[in-house]
Amino acid sequence: MLSTADTKKDRWASGVTPYAEMGYFDPDYVPKPTDVLAAFRITPQPGVDAVEAAAAVAGESSTATWTVVWTDRLTDYRHYQAKAYDVAPVPGREGEYIAKIAYDLDLFEEGSIANMTSSIIGNVFGFKALQALRLEDLRIPPHYVKTFQGPPHGIVMEREYLDKFGRPLLGATVKPKLGLSAKNYGRVVYEALRGGLDFTKDDENINSQPFMRWRDRFLYATEGVNRASAASAEVKGHYMNVTAATMEEMYERAEFAREIGSVIIMMDLTVGYTAMQSMSRWARRNGMILHLHRAGHGTYTRQKSHGVSFRVIAKWCRLLGVDHLHAGTVVGKLEGDPAMIAGYYDTLRLDHVPENPEHGIYFDQDWASLPAVMPVASGGIHAGQMHQLLRYLGEDVVLQFGGGTIGHPMGIAAGATANRVAVEAMIQARNEGRDYFDEGPDILERAARGCPELDAALQVWKDVTFDFQSTDTPDYVVTPTIA
Amino acid sequence: MRVTQGAFSFLPDFTDEQIAAQIRYALDKGWSMSVEHTDDAHPRNSYWEMWAQPSFELLPEDYEVVLGEVRACRQAHPEHYVKLIAYDARRGRQTTALSFIVGRPAVEQAFRVERADVQDRVVRYRLAPTR
Repeated sequence: MLSTADTKKDRWASGVTPYAEMGYFDPDYVPKPTDVLAAFRITPQPGVDAVEAAAAVAGESSTATWTVVWTDRLTDYRHYQAKAYDVAPVPGREGEYIAKIAYDLDLFEEGSIANMTSSIIGNVFGFKALQALRLEDLRIPPHYVKTFQGPPHGIVMEREYLDKFGRPLLGATVKPKLGLSAKNYGRVVYEALRGGLDFTKDDENINSQPFMRWRDRFLYATEGVNRASAASAEVKGHYMNVTAATMEEMYERAEFAREIGSVIIMMDLTVGYTAMQSMSRWARRNGMILHLHRAGHGTYTRQKSHGVSFRVIAKWCRLLGVDHLHAGTVVGKLEGDPAMIAGYYDTLRLDHVPENPEHGIYFDQDWASLPAVMPVASGGIHAGQMHQLLRYLGEDVVLQFGGGTIGHPMGIAAGATANRVAVEAMIQARNEGRDYFDEGPDILERAARGCPELDAALQVWKDVTFDFQSTDTPDYVVTPTIA
Repeated sequence: MRVTQGAFSFLPDFTDEQIAAQIRYALDKGWSMSVEHTDDAHPRNSYWEMWAQPSFELLPEDYEVVLGEVRACRQAHPEHYVKLIAYDARRGRQTTALSFIVGRPAVEQAFRVERADVQDRVVRYRLAPTR
């Protein structure tokens, strides 16, 4: 592909040999149960053969370089070569192919997301012969899964720790995102928690700015948490964002959060895989629930033809170990096709995730009892959508209503109460066997008769929807059947 | 104050009929059920007193059995909190699936925050019952 080598040259002659001929394409290869499998969406440059492009991806993400090297012959090179074993055009998307590639387990360091990412998405995304490249999915074999410890607590332990069962957890991100002084900030925490939420949260970009330094924020938030806990006899928490410029500073902030009795801290995806994995170990050692905000992911997850799918990011995050991960709302303000989000939620919560092209899942994934991650739905959601949220996202989820709590006309605590009453009424109705999805608005309206806070929320936000076309959608959709 | 632990504390207290509907839901899921009570609703009180043994392998139509235990526990401990617990024994869960308060004392327990200054503005908090 790179050269003009039309006539077959010897495999080991100096110069350039097509990747496919070097062994990076093998349609007869049967993946081993121990292999890491990848599904890439490849868009070759005009005139570039899809099979050769797939082989190039396999080569560049494993042993190959652009020219033949004799030092390959000092190794059992076939073992270390990744192998593209299936290349198929994507229906309805001209010029795009799904290439499935198998990597031997020996290519990876045990328990290292940094290593897995450097291998699989290291160099290859800038490859000139491709117009675009997207890592759609990974199958990580149990042999590799077992080298990771996963979430410090997981859904089961978190629920037992909080003593909250049978309903989604409720949270709110403190708003405005920027500018509040520490004392005012703590007021929002107190009001939202005493009103009925389980958690409040720092926003991703609240770290330690001139208007509010981290230590002051942590102290006032803790006052709010404890006051609200006393007023309700419930365990409450505020996610203290420990994201900082260096690991040393992150540890310092996390240790202070522990010292003042916080049950949960958070960090941003922007800190990088190694930093996240370090914080995960710290959180396990210190009994701290660990929340992850996926700040920045949209830069590489959103476009269908290039980047890394969020379901792969979700897998990496479950392995490296977080207890919470933002994974979409379906109905809120941020990108999210319902089928794709179902795939992310399954990836985070199930122990065995079956292949499901309609949800964008390319491989069976067996988690070998690795604890589950609690997905978090945040961004433009409100009480009036409770039936939809429960239907699309299920029960093991944190629903975060930032504007939908703090923007309530009767105040922050009233906004929190509206959300809590709405979720409890919806769970009650579901458990009673009602068709809560279709009857959702009616269920909420009836609950609002005894709850002016919910009534006001429904009035204010009743017409708010975010109805835009998703950019990241599955290739395979169920054709509706006409009854 | 109102102790708002459990899945339904922000709704008006359930009638026995509404409790029965939740029991049928839980039994239909194959969950076992148990009743617990306490006079100490501190949020960190993980071990309320067990009322009888958990009921295993009941069918949805057996809901009266569980409801009977709820009534008996309430009657025996009118000044306690009583909660109903559904337990999911499936692998991967093996934990409580649903729990909610089904009995409250006439006068609810209340807590206040006690503060002890440590140093550098750090405060040590303690939730103390007010009675």
